[in-house]
Parts: sequence; structure tokens; C-alpha cells
Amino acid sequence: MIAFLIRRLTQSGLVLLVMSLLVFIGVFAIGNPVDILINPDADQEEIERAIKALGLDKPMWEQYWIFLVNALQGDLGRSFVFNIPALQLIWQRMPATLELAGFAMFLSIFLGIPLGMIAGLKPDSWVGRTIMSGSILGFSLPTFWVGLMMILLFAVYLGWLPASGRGETVDVFGVPVSFLTLNGLSHILLPAINLALFKLSLTIRLARAGTREAMLMDYVKFARAKGLSNARVIMVHVFKNIMIPVVTVLGLELGNVIAFSVVTETIFSWPGMGKLIIDSINVLDRPVIVAYLLMTVSMFIVINLVVDIIYSMLDPRVRLGDMKS
Amino acid sequence: MSQSQPTLQIEDLKTHFLTKAGDVKAVDGISFNVNKGEVLGLVGESGCGKSVTGFSIMGLIDHPGKIVGGRIIFNGTDLVGLAETEMRKIRGRKIALIFQDPMMTLNPVLRIDTQMIEAIQAHENVSRKVARLRARDALGQVGIPSPDERLRAYPHQFSGGMRQRVAIAIALLNKPDLIIADEPTTALDVTIQAQILYEAQKLCRDTGTAMIWITHDLTVVAGLADRICVMYAGRIVEKGGIDEVLDDPFHPYTYGLIGSVPSRNKRGSPLYQIPGMTPSLLKLGSGCAFRERCSRADEACKNMPQATKPKPGREVRCFHPHLETS
Ligand SMILES: Nc1ncnc2c1ncn2[C@@H]1O[C@H](COP(=O)(O)OP(=O)(O)OP(=O)(O)O)[C@@H](O)[C@H]1O
Ligand code: SF4
Ligand SMILES: [Mg+2]
Repeated sequence: MIAFLIRRLTQSGLVLLVMSLLVFIGVFAIGNPVDILINPDADQEEIERAIKALGLDKPMWEQYWIFLVNALQGDLGRSFVFNIPALQLIWQRMPATLELAGFAMFLSIFLGIPLGMIAGLKPDSWVGRTIMSGSILGFSLPTFWVGLMMILLFAVYLGWLPASGRGETVDVFGVPVSFLTLNGLSHILLPAINLALFKLSLTIRLARAGTREAMLMDYVKFARAKGLSNARVIMVHVFKNIMIPVVTVLGLELGNVIAFSVVTETIFSWPGMGKLIIDSINVLDRPVIVAYLLMTVSMFIVINLVVDIIYSMLDPRVRLGDMKS
Repeated sequence: MSQSQPTLQIEDLKTHFLTKAGDVKAVDGISFNVNKGEVLGLVGESGCGKSVTGFSIMGLIDHPGKIVGGRIIFNGTDLVGLAETEMRKIRGRKIALIFQDPMMTLNPVLRIDTQMIEAIQAHENVSRKVARLRARDALGQVGIPSPDERLRAYPHQFSGGMRQRVAIAIALLNKPDLIIADEPTTALDVTIQAQILYEAQKLCRDTGTAMIWITHDLTVVAGLADRICVMYAGRIVEKGGIDEVLDDPFHPYTYGLIGSVPSRNKRGSPLYQIPGMTPSLLKLGSGCAFRERCSRADEACKNMPQATKPKPGREVRCFHPHLETS
């Protein structure tokens, strides 16, 4: 376990280093922020002063070096636009994104697993078929289109739910969250469903496939031969087995949900990291872009690590020490 | 053994799979009895309907299978058409099933104690603690060392032989009246197989449990069973005491089966092999199913032979049985 963690963390460090270099080069390739940031009417002297202040006069490798040294001290630079540390900016927006992603995951799991199991137990019934048709739709309709349609239907036409913003928030351990107030809940519902749609469909399919496979296994027949009730066979023997693929895939997908929230946040004006990064790209706010990407990668790394640990707890045949990192 | 009523009486049982391609007559009119303390060998090639027979008794036939006729009288009650709730009380308590592949029958993500305790608690209102003690004793009984520790293990931490012992221990937990063992030793190596066979036989003798031992391997039942039923394409073609049938087979199929078993006095000479393949159960005509592969077949065999009793305690389904050698 300890050896596994050390190996994993070393590798993660390398990934982050390579990643930061790629991001840095990539961001340089996009364009020069000076053109956007500085008033075009400013005179030459003023422009040069600004360039110097932002550190943009130095060659790229030197800028990268400075960035790296600062980054190791926890400083990812200041936002050109807001003139506050990029990291702080992201920290401010992160809770909103995590809340949205978490809520979406919650919906996918708590709706997807039961629905998928029902569809797997009764694949030929109309209930099973309806669930599967729904999940095909969830898979194939583009997220942004569904988001717009949801706004049209529930916000504009029916007027039941608000179309944008976070609504009222309350602080939990100093972190603002929406879902604990009624007003906030009404705000998070549409974007969360929108973001959950794809994962929900995925969960349904995983749970259904797992259930169908497990039902054919000898251990299910043996369990029934022991005289167990149907409920116990399904809730214990089948459920425990399908949790392995479901948790693994969904855990890995959590990173994607956070990344995908860019689209949903933009549509629903949800004030999270996704919206921040789009705005920052528009004005070429380099430090924010770099910091966002590094944060996202770190998040992926942590999530994958946690998933591996949970996976090894769910499946007794897997030991972390044996696992390829 | 005892003169009382047999533990299990199967009368003209028919289990068919109503598939889109047609009716698969996996079991088509079989009858046999198993008495208390007796081991009955059910022998036949792959696909002849042995497992379906076992699952029919347990009421666990996969969709689209259905019992379409006959009776399964167990301790005086007909199990065919019994309500699921009643059937559930019999499964695992009165009739236990042991499967072929020990790697697959235990749930890989549940500990052994969970899987044993639930088998007890499904039938009796006892505390976890009491159930656990009984599970431990059962493990000890089938020869698993340090059962207390092993209870906490997962199936993958056992060898194949040990896993099958666990499955057998589970079958024994509720002291059933009938055990159906569906090729339980096929996946194991020969020495472990011999041990398990010995213990199974001892168990039946000591406790009066009746047992149906399903196998495709004649040598396995030779030293184990009291009586034997030879199955071919969903029917029982020959029935009788184990020694009589092995020494003096009547049915051409049994004859071929015995001829294909290696033995010392046949060393050097090539082994006999029954020509042809098992017929598709979908395309069985009206005649004897063994016709295409039988050296004795003639015009008469285009009809279905009925069971005859050439000798007391023997039964055969053939127009031209090997009676002359006896
Ligand atoms: N679910 C099913 N659907 C359709 N047909 C089936 C099904 N299960 C079994 N059968 C048919 O029943 C026949 C008998 O199967 P069974 O499993 O009893 O054979 P077996 O004698 O146990 O063979 P083996 O030695 O391979 O275990 C098979 O030939 C198969 O065609
Ligand atoms: S009935 Fe005819 S075909 Fe069938 S086993 Fe007997 S001799 Fe062979
Ligand atoms: Mg079988």
C-alpha cells in the first residue's frame, strides 16, 4: 500500500511537470495577450511598461522557468484581468463546480443503478425497453442542445425553474453551497440534470449489462439453490458484483464531469470554474488558463487514486500492491 | 436400503425449452427413484439433459425452459407446480445442489462466512453467532483446516479443491434429505476427486442422505453409486444396479460407453469410440435417438423403443439389446 502510494505520487509529479510545459507552450501559441489587454490607443512607452510589468518581455523558456519556480512555492501567477492570484480565483469558483458535478453524479448513481438493474432483470418487458430507449437518447443528444431545450421548457415556457445563476447559498464550513436552500436547489436542478444526463445513461447501461451478466453466473444460481429469497440474491449477490464496474467507471468519469461542466456552466451561467476558463480564454488570461488546467489535471490524478483504492476495497481479488500504476 | 417410501420419485418428467427455433426436449419422459442413503449415478454425454434434470428437481430451470409433464415426488409431495415460496423452503434445506465448477459457484465478492450464514438464516431463525458456529463446524467436517480463520476468507483465497469442499459444506449445512451433485469433481485433480468421492459416499451411508451423482465419466460412478441411469438425448436408455450394468450392459450406447473407458486388460488395443455425434435435440425424429450411431440399428428402430425389463431390477430402452452375452 505505502509502496503503491509512493510510486503513484512520483508518477503524478512527473505528469504534472510535463503537463505544465505543454500547457505553457500551448498557451503561448494561442496569441499575445498584450493585443487584448492593453488599450490600443496607448503609446509605445506605455505598452512596453505594461509588457515589462507582466513579465512578457523575457524569452519563453525564461518565463517558464520563473513560472516553475513560483509554482513550486504555490504561486501560479496573477490573473492579468482581475489582478489577483490565479489560484485564488480558481479556489473561489471551484465550490460551485464541485457542487454541480457532485450533484450530477449523485443523480446519475441514485437513479442510474436502480433503473439499470430493473432493465437488466426484465430486459424484455416494456419497463426495461423504455429505460433503455431513454438511455440511448441521453447518450446521443448533445448536452448543449438538451440544456437549451430545458431552459426553453422549464424556465421560459413553464416558468417553473430559474435558468441561470446559483441562487441563494449557505456556508458549510466556510464553503458556499446552493443545494441546502430551496431557492438554491431550484437553481441547481436544471444544470445538474443537464450535466447528469450522459452519466446517467452510462450508469444505466453499466448496471444493466452487469446485472444481466451476473444473473447468468453460477454463483447466482447457487445462491438461489441455497434457498435465498429473490430480494437477497439481487440486493446482495448481484448488487455487490455490479458495484465494481459501476464505481470504477463512474469514479473515472467524475473527472470528465468536472471538465464537461464547462458547457453546462456556460449555458446556465453557473458561476464555476468552467465559466471562468471560457472567459479567461476569451481574454487570453494566461495565468488563469495555466492554473485551471493544472488544477484539473491534479484533480484527475487524485480522483483516479481514490477510485483505485475504493476499487481494491470492493473487489477482494485486487490488491493495491499488485496493481499497475 | 429401507423398505419405506423412496426419498425421490420421478415419473415421466418432461422439461422442454420453448425456444424460437423450436422445442428443445432436453428431458423427455424420464422416471427413476432414489432411496434413502442411496447414491444414484446419472451418466451420459454432454448435452443429454443431466443438469436440466437436476435443475428441474430444484425448480431452477432457466428461461425459456418449462416442466411440461410428469411428477417429481419428494418425500411424498409433488414439486411440479409447487408455489415458489414453498419451493424456496425446500431448496437448500431439504434438497441441496453442488455444481460442477467450484471456481464459479461461490460469489467472488462475498466472504465465505457471509455465504454460509445466509444459507442457514434463509431457513432458520437463528442468530448470526449461532449460524457462524454451525458454518465453522461444517467446514471442519469437510476437512478444511483452521475453519475459524478460513471463514473470514474470500473464495479466491482457496484452491479449487478447497472451494469445492466449501460448496459441499454449504450443501450439508441444513442436513438435506437429498443432494444433487452435478459433476462436482470434474474440475479437480484425481487424488482430490477420490477423497471427495469417498467422503460423499460415507456421508450418505452414515446419515441416510440420498444422492444423485451426475457425471459423464463412468469410472467416477463405478466405485460410488449403488444404481445407475444412463441418459441419452433426454431419455434414460438403461437403468440398473451399478455392477450389473457395468459388467453386462444391455443398451448399445452403454456398451459403447464402457468400451471407450481405458482399463488395464485392454491395454495396447485401441480404445473404442462411439461413432458420430450427439444429435441436436431440436431435430430428433420419432425413432430411437441413437439410431444414426448404432451398429445394431434396423428398420424397427425408426420407431421409439419402449422401456423393457429383461431382468429383475434392470431396464433398457432398445429393440435389440445386448442380451446374448449374458
Ligand atoms: N437455457 C437453455 N435454452 C435452450 N436450451 C437449453 C438451455 N439449457 C439447456 N438447454 C438444452 O438442454 C440440453 C441439455 O442440457 P444439460 O445442461 O442438461 O446437459 P448436460 O447433460 O448437463 O451436459 P454437460 O455434461 O455438458 O453438463 C442441451 O443440449 C441444451 O440444448
Ligand atoms: S433401438 Fe435400435 S437404434 Fe436404438 S439403440 Fe436399440 S438397436 Fe440401436
Ligand atoms: Mg451439465
